[in-house]
Amino acid sequence: MLKLSSSSGDFWKAFARNKGAVFGLVILAGILVLAAFASVLFPGDPWDMATAPFQPPLSEGSPLGSDMLGRDIAAGIAHGARVSLLIGLTSTAAALAIGVTLGALAGFHGGRVDDAIMRFTELFQTIPNFVLAVVLVAIFTPSLTTIVAAIAIVSWPPLARLARAEFMSLRTREFVQAAITTGQSNTTIILRQILPNSLSPIIVSASLMVATAILLESSLSFLGLGDPNAMSWGYMIGAARTVIRQAWWMSFFPGLAIVLTVLALNLVGEGLNDALNPKLARSRG
Amino acid sequence: MTRPSFPGHSVPETTDMTVPLLDVRGLSIALPPGADRPLAVDNLTFTLNANEILCVVGESGSGKSMTAHAMMGLLPHPHVRVAGGSLLFKGKDVLAMPEAEQRNLRGGRIAMVFQEPMTALNPLMRVGRQIGESLRAHTPLPAPARRQRVVELLDQVGLPNPAELADAYPFRLSGGQRQRVMIAMALACQPDILIADEPTTALDVTTQKQILDLIRSIQAERHMGMMFITHDFGVVAEIAHRVAVMRHGRLVEYGAASDVLNRPQHPYTRQLIASVPHYIEHREDHAKVGKPLLVAEKVRKTFHVGGGLFRKSKPVVAGDDLSLTIHPGETVGLVGESGSGKSTLGRSIVGLIKPDSGRILFEGTDLLSLDAKGFRPYRRAVQMVFQDPYASLNPRHRIGDIIAQGPVAFGEDRGKALARARELLAMVGLDGSAADRFPHEFSGGQRQRVGIARALAMEPKLLVADEPVSALDVSVQGQVLELLDDIRKRLGLAMLFITHDLRVAAQVCDTIAVMRRGKIVEMGSSRQVFTHPRDAYTRSLLDAIPGKAWHIPDDLQKAPIVGAAS
Repeated sequence: MLKLSSSSGDFWKAFARNKGAVFGLVILAGILVLAAFASVLFPGDPWDMATAPFQPPLSEGSPLGSDMLGRDIAAGIAHGARVSLLIGLTSTAAALAIGVTLGALAGFHGGRVDDAIMRFTELFQTIPNFVLAVVLVAIFTPSLTTIVAAIAIVSWPPLARLARAEFMSLRTREFVQAAITTGQSNTTIILRQILPNSLSPIIVSASLMVATAILLESSLSFLGLGDPNAMSWGYMIGAARTVIRQAWWMSFFPGLAIVLTVLALNLVGEGLNDALNPKLARSRG
Repeated sequence: MTRPSFPGHSVPETTDMTVPLLDVRGLSIALPPGADRPLAVDNLTFTLNANEILCVVGESGSGKSMTAHAMMGLLPHPHVRVAGGSLLFKGKDVLAMPEAEQRNLRGGRIAMVFQEPMTALNPLMRVGRQIGESLRAHTPLPAPARRQRVVELLDQVGLPNPAELADAYPFRLSGGQRQRVMIAMALACQPDILIADEPTTALDVTTQKQILDLIRSIQAERHMGMMFITHDFGVVAEIAHRVAVMRHGRLVEYGAASDVLNRPQHPYTRQLIASVPHYIEHREDHAKVGKPLLVAEKVRKTFHVGGGLFRKSKPVVAGDDLSLTIHPGETVGLVGESGSGKSTLGRSIVGLIKPDSGRILFEGTDLLSLDAKGFRPYRRAVQMVFQDPYASLNPRHRIGDIIAQGPVAFGEDRGKALARARELLAMVGLDGSAADRFPHEFSGGQRQRVGIARALAMEPKLLVADEPVSALDVSVQGQVLELLDDIRKRLGLAMLFITHDLRVAAQVCDTIAVMRRGKIVEMGSSRQVFTHPRDAYTRSLLDAIPGKAWHIPDDLQKAPIVGAAS
């Protein structure tokens, strides 16, 4: 039985049943607040020298220590949160737009259209994600836009496959057939009849994709392919890796930020899954 | 656990005639909090004797299957549990027995046959081994003897080449053959009680007849006590010795089959029997006036199954030279067993399937020659009512929207379409306020009414109804059929009524076309098809109708149906 959360109250109740998800949501809210108030908490440019280099944590003027050029690690993390979240969300949105559109068309029309779109999708799936992202960013000089584009381009295929599967199964449902016999246009059927019914699994995997996107961005920055004007967690770890034995805090705190963010997003994703797919949730007892 | 020697080799125990085989006393089964009622089964008392068939009859949710599951220890633990009463098997309470003893009883002394033969067998295990499983669990027989016994059993349930069949995987067998395997499995340890939970509901009518015959002869041969669960009074009339009628978890009527069938006392039993679809003698032949509304000529459709880049697909002929004429105001029944191609023809007419060849003329225009744009105006004229009331309404849309969407797609003003939707809801016997609610708030019968309103919103001339009542309970079925008949008369609609159930067709159709394996084998007026069938297949279909020898009590024929809305 598919019980739809017609009221948001039901949805929150189902979501709150998963304690991990609530914990994840709290962490995520903390990171959002940090990102939003970064320039209030840490005014000035995070690239500027704030204190003496190689200051350990809890020293004067730098609670989490400073790096080899005297930049404040705490300020870097706060400003890096902006970049990470921005890239995670926008690249997922872009991947959703590409993936769901292609998947919906393939699943709805079937036949040749499906064959053509799926072969195109497989073309992307055969190339290792990260390698393709590195190549794309390297070709189009690193900037926020190219990084977002590169991440979106490598991460849409799973979404397309998911949307296609959902559309294919819903396509044969009688309410869709009824929409065809009552003369509704294909666009109406795709957008109003099928899409709302296929959203639950898509939302869940999109929430997990934000986490993957943040990891991808960090990896790119680690390799020095980040936006040179934006402070990012990956860049901080990459820059500090040569001195990791002398100054652990330079890579530890940005790393912790990545771990917490990705963990929080995964927990929230799982909670969404429980709340949106009550059938699976019930089996947890 | 010690048990007497293997019953297959011993003389059947002589049952003490004073103690019934199964004695159910005040059985209550509790549902988890939040369910629609606290008790699934409420203070149920009945007995089952050796050598008799007790039919437990009821609609969905009446608790009839729960009772059987309680006996077999199949209740979904821990949510549903027995709250009181006792189940005495030969005087010993099954519920009070230790787990190991209960296990010995199940499959050994009490066996069960399930409804869905397609899912009740393990698809990855040869059928012989599956039958052998219960022999291995309950008897000390060595493997070769087990094998021999399996072959014997398969032979007894009337399967051809039992030795070969024992090595077959379930997917090679038809639905009827699988149900025979299930019965063989249940009989493996020569049980005293056989519980059959709607064993023929998923089968075609001719197969149903064969399985019922088999069950009856096996029961008589082995003097088993049998509890047969069904919702179909035709089946009851066919096999029951005694009948128990259940409603909302309570026993409402209990007695000898001839009494309950011919002199039902409780109003609910009377209502159920009155809703059994039956051929109404005095239905007049339809006078065909004017030009035909729809003519299908030599429609042919072949589906290609399987296939891929390197494999050739297998053609399956779903419709072969199908020709059919529908006049204005006429109801044509398309009757056939599953896979006969009746839905293919219906879906071709509403434009959901494109046939390979042939013509479908609607008021003289060939619908198949039109492109999507040219076909669009005819969408309004030909509407469809679907089979599954749970799948045919979009769960995320309000009822009013669902009905109004069609007219809006044809350019009608949304406000006007919504107002019209309310009128239509009243017409199909629902409250206008239903328009603001979502489909999950309605029962199956109510949803089917919404489906009918949606079709009517387009102001069609022809309604294609694809098994519109087969997913509904009998009493609701009767109401929906009555509604369709009433609307058809009031609006002068023509209808193509697709069904697998001849009794339903007989009740609503003027003309009947009988389909078999993609071909129409007979077409004629209802009266002619029912009283003087020409084709041998039609005769075998009529012959297979369960309970045809039973005459529904005169005072219950066409009795007014209780309750206005389902």
